Amino acid sequence: MNPTPSPGKESGDLHAARAEIIRAAAAILRELDPSLGNTGLEKLIDRTPETRPDSAPLSGERWQDRVIERELAHGATLLDLGCGRGELLSRLILQSGIRGQGVELDSDSVVDCVRRGVPVLQMDIDRGLQEFPDSSFDYVLLEDTLQTLHKPLQVLQDMLRVGRHGIVSFPNFGYWRVRISLALSGRMPRTEHLPHRWYDTPNIHLFTLRDFLDWSESAGVQLVSGFARSEKGVRPLQPEDNLMAEEVLLFLCGSGKSKTTVI
Amino acid sequence: MIPSQQKSDPPDSPGSVGWTESATCRLFDEGNPFPLESGGFLSPVDMEYETYGQLNATRSNAILILHALSGDAHVAGWDRNWKKTGRSWRAQKPGWWDAMVGPGKPIDTRRFFVLCANVLGSCCGTTGPSSLNPKTGIPYGTRFPAVTVGDWVTLQARLLDVLGIQELFAVTGGSLGGQQALEWAMAFPDRVRRVLVLAASARLSVQGLAFNAVGRYSILQDPRFHGGDYYGEAQGPSSGLAAARMLAHITYLSEEGMHRKFGRRLNNRESPEFSFGTEFEVESYLDHQGRAFVKRFDANSYLYITRAMDYYDASEKWGGGDLVAACRRVRSQMMILSFASDWLYPPTHVRDLALALCRVGRPVTYVNVPSSTGHDAFLIETEAVGGLIRPFLECPESAL
Repeated sequence: MNPTPSPGKESGDLHAARAEIIRAAAAILRELDPSLGNTGLEKLIDRTPETRPDSAPLSGERWQDRVIERELAHGATLLDLGCGRGELLSRLILQSGIRGQGVELDSDSVVDCVRRGVPVLQMDIDRGLQEFPDSSFDYVLLEDTLQTLHKPLQVLQDMLRVGRHGIVSFPNFGYWRVRISLALSGRMPRTEHLPHRWYDTPNIHLFTLRDFLDWSESAGVQLVSGFARSEKGVRPLQPEDNLMAEEVLLFLCGSGKSKTTVI
Repeated sequence: MIPSQQKSDPPDSPGSVGWTESATCRLFDEGNPFPLESGGFLSPVDMEYETYGQLNATRSNAILILHALSGDAHVAGWDRNWKKTGRSWRAQKPGWWDAMVGPGKPIDTRRFFVLCANVLGSCCGTTGPSSLNPKTGIPYGTRFPAVTVGDWVTLQARLLDVLGIQELFAVTGGSLGGQQALEWAMAFPDRVRRVLVLAASARLSVQGLAFNAVGRYSILQDPRFHGGDYYGEAQGPSSGLAAARMLAHITYLSEEGMHRKFGRRLNNRESPEFSFGTEFEVESYLDHQGRAFVKRFDANSYLYITRAMDYYDASEKWGGGDLVAACRRVRSQMMILSFASDWLYPPTHVRDLALALCRVGRPVTYVNVPSSTGHDAFLIETEAVGGLIRPFLECPESAL
């Protein structure tokens, strides 16, 4: 993948984000000092008409699923960690000829997997994947699961050991609306995609895209390709996506493989 | 095993297979004796089996059910001939897996042709130590040859040949029946499409070997055992067999299950009698299980079948000690269930089997069913087990 930053020309949604962030900063300043009228910050907002994107169409199917279905070669083997009710795996197995194996802890979800004909191991991936030998799958997938694990680092390392490639998707806590939500409300951010309260959220390890890329660089993990879902829809990962992406999907490999730097 | 706590379906209810009759088939005779895995030959070999439902035109809807240590071919429904055969224990209850097998039940006899055969060495219709040795005219007793799980599966395959069934839609069984199901997957990978193993692993644990040893010891040391030649006597080694059964029952339960079922309650009294009688409820229960068992089971069969259970080791037999290598033989779609409080076939051992299959790229489903009822859970937790068996039998076939 070769992302092309567009210097000088700011995209519409980046522009909108900038404006809202400035308004948020001004609101915080006023909260600190209610006597403050105009903070002056608002002047920074370029008054060009807002191009509010058509609010991202969301079907029940996860966008990551469509990208994964497109990217995987027929006949590839896939281990889906935290496969849930097996929707993705069943499509991959029945329609795309993928040799898929799921791992899931939740009993009701496991029954749904069985119903779909998805082979599933009821196991706690937080307790390690040491039973799985090196490079035993073409791909190991952690879709929207990493942030729910007690030992995310261990699982990531195992994932890249067991799979020739790792696929990981997660909500980006650097997304600008999340930042604003925290900054403005002074409470843990709740958005459309992060609807939980602090005490009932399954998301126990919160990180941003940049945090993840920092880790992967230090760990010698290479980003093969990446995709982001922003308010405009799904597209290849862009340099500004630590701010703009609500969720990201990354294809990774351990070390010694083709390297593409994205950010 | 514990009699099921559920209400049983009477023979005329829509969910029951109704009145059943067994059949017997001579699989081997003097001119064509059965070659045993332990060496040597046996003839004749007669096998008792039952079937429910209809074989379809393509002969592709057969499910073979495999019974456990003390089981028999009478899986479901009500034995029409219990008086004729003297199997009075069948008068009051249906077959041992009636909750799972019948019209509309998880193993649906409207869709599947279900069969189950009594294993070699048992005492429920198939040739065993209590059968007459044609050469001597007296029962074999301990002169009966050693039998193995492999022998049982070979004979089941032979029975299918006779019935004209080349390929099974599925095999399933729990405990020792689960080990037969696993043996099917490895011995006849091209003859079975789906394999469902319940409460069983690739081999019995050392602890399991130890329990079986004590059970046999109590039979062998019973003064009425007479080297196995007790047939025709007023009383065989029934106290030894009862003790073996009582011990086995403890291994089929769990600490928590026993606590829930009996607690430390005294048996029908307010205060202890300071005697060696059945003071506690749990003693009364075990006593009942022991007494009931000796009425229907033969001590020699118990010796032979527990030995088969001891010897079975799928990794040794098919992988030279390497379970992963053994799993390479498997071609069937696999589902393996353990039960959380089972300490006879502990979940970790059962899971190792599933992981070994996964390691060689076989699609496998493994579920650890939550239960406090110990090893017997595979018979008792009918809702949870049925909730997995039904979708496994109905789901689309996954490619290898």
